[in-house]
Amino acid sequence: MSPLLQVSGLTRLYGDRVGCKDVGFELWPGEVMGIVGESGSGKTTLLNCLSARLEPTSGTVAYDTREEGLTDIYAMGEPRRRMLMRTDWGIVHQNPRDGLRMGVSAGANVGERLMAVGARHYGRIRAQAAEWLEQVEIDTGRIDDLPLTFSGGMLQRLQIARNLVTHPRLVFMDEPTGGLDVSVQARLLDLLRRLVTDLGLAAIVVTHDLAVARLLAHRLMVMQGGEVVETGLTDQVLDDPHHPYTQLLVSSVLQP
Amino acid sequence: MTAMIEVDDLSKTYVLHTQGGVEIPVFADASLTVEAGECLTLHGPSGAGKSTLLRCLYGNCKPNGGAIRIHHDGAMVDIARADPRQVIEVRKRSMGYVSQFLRAIPRVPALDVVAEPLRAIGVPLDQARQRAAELLSRLRIPERLWSLAPATFSGGEQQRVNIARGFAARHPILLLDEPTASLDAENRAQVIDLIVEAKSEKRALVGVFHDDEVREAVSTRLHTMRG
Ligand SMILES: Nc1ncnc2c1ncn2[C@@H]1O[C@H](COP(=O)(O)OP(=O)(O)OP(=O)(O)O)[C@@H](O)[C@H]1O
Ligand SMILES: Nc1ncnc2c1ncn2[C@@H]1O[C@H](COP(=O)(O)OP(=O)(O)OP(=O)(O)O)[C@@H](O)[C@H]1O
Ligand SMILES: [Mg+2]
Ligand SMILES: [Mg+2]
Repeated sequence: MSPLLQVSGLTRLYGDRVGCKDVGFELWPGEVMGIVGESGSGKTTLLNCLSARLEPTSGTVAYDTREEGLTDIYAMGEPRRRMLMRTDWGIVHQNPRDGLRMGVSAGANVGERLMAVGARHYGRIRAQAAEWLEQVEIDTGRIDDLPLTFSGGMLQRLQIARNLVTHPRLVFMDEPTGGLDVSVQARLLDLLRRLVTDLGLAAIVVTHDLAVARLLAHRLMVMQGGEVVETGLTDQVLDDPHHPYTQLLVSSVLQP
Repeated sequence: MTAMIEVDDLSKTYVLHTQGGVEIPVFADASLTVEAGECLTLHGPSGAGKSTLLRCLYGNCKPNGGAIRIHHDGAMVDIARADPRQVIEVRKRSMGYVSQFLRAIPRVPALDVVAEPLRAIGVPLDQARQRAAELLSRLRIPERLWSLAPATFSGGEQQRVNIARGFAARHPILLLDEPTASLDAENRAQVIDLIVEAKSEKRALVGVFHDDEVREAVSTRLHTMRG
């Protein structure tokens, strides 16, 4: 078996400002990795570099493609990279409006992804869209409604359905529960936990919320000033943090 | 006899960077072996490092030196050096842990909290729930609570859910940190039963039991820690 993602020496600079610096790790199928750290520590920069949305200044990101095994995603051509993003990957944005098309119905938002990978049969696409709305606990009676009429929590669940309908192998999420009420967060977290386990998804989840990291992630990467300062099994990093910055992070919340 | 756990020269010191780098040495050169079918009790005064040692065995705490070998899939895995996905595999199939307090998962009903370790090793849902139900009944959790998330349960109820979860998957190795601390006599007797049963099934247990009655009933050997 080979890792799904192999990252080494990954650095992204913005002029002379550091976005992220010298990051390396391997992610295996089914593994969920959390990236935690304070605001400005480079989490989003790193996630964007990993998901082919931001070219790194140096270093490599290799993904285990079905055809050729581990392949540098920035060395492959644009069409292949786009195909990968449509078929193998899901990207859940912090703001669901960035990941959804607000002008088409909820059902179309989910069905569109299926069509992008070649589905043509209208009835089957609609049935699958309905099934996914149900999975993410959205009343199927809302299938023809525009996302504009949905609440923040519903939008986030719709975005998740849109991403998972094509059964990706790897999902990138940037603060998936950010900006939601606590009770809505709990419901979304429960849903994500269930889906990730049931589908055996690998995922990289950026969050500043250590409780979210504990619930979702198998392992953690702690970032400070663009660098990874500590990594390990999630409960070990949170219960026995070694780096001064991780200790500070853990001691600043009530119950991580 | 099969050695299920081997600990060599283990040392642990906590360093508190947020408090001026204070060092708290907990233990040094701890060594022990646990065989299949026995229940080793970690014994010593408060602060001696019993919980810390248990947590090291489970991979929840990172020792400064020494080795911890855990029997898994017919070989020994050094838990202190294994990567996260190896530790997760060991926890799924070979080693369970009952902490002193349940860490409730929001929205997940008690029955599924207990069934989860079985689901993780591929046991079908109905079978996993059936085993969970048996354990919850044995631990005298009223059936009307099974479908509720344990966050609102009393301390003793939460602890019994935690114990049920720990025993659910019948791991060959089980670590217990004061499992009977908040239980009454009848529930304590149930836990003693579960431990005795686990020993008879040739599983290896390591526990901390502050209660003399429980310790005398289950313990095969003491490992004394001075602190
Ligand atoms: N487009 C950009 N141009 C210049 N600097 C940028 C740009 N994007 C990010 N940065 C800088 O890079 C650093 C890392 O930013 P990044 O957005 O990755 O942080 P983050 O960890 O995601 O923070 P937050 O938790 O606030 O989202 C910051 O100092 C930020 O100001
Ligand atoms: N996460 C931690 N960070 C820093 N110090 C800790 C941590 N956990 C435990 N300690 C310290 O390590 C020492 C051993 O604690 P531990 O909890 O292992 O003892 P114990 O034998 O289980 O005690 P008790 O019988 O009271 O439960 C104590 O001095 C304690 O203060
Ligand atoms: Mg960000
Ligand atoms: Mg203790």
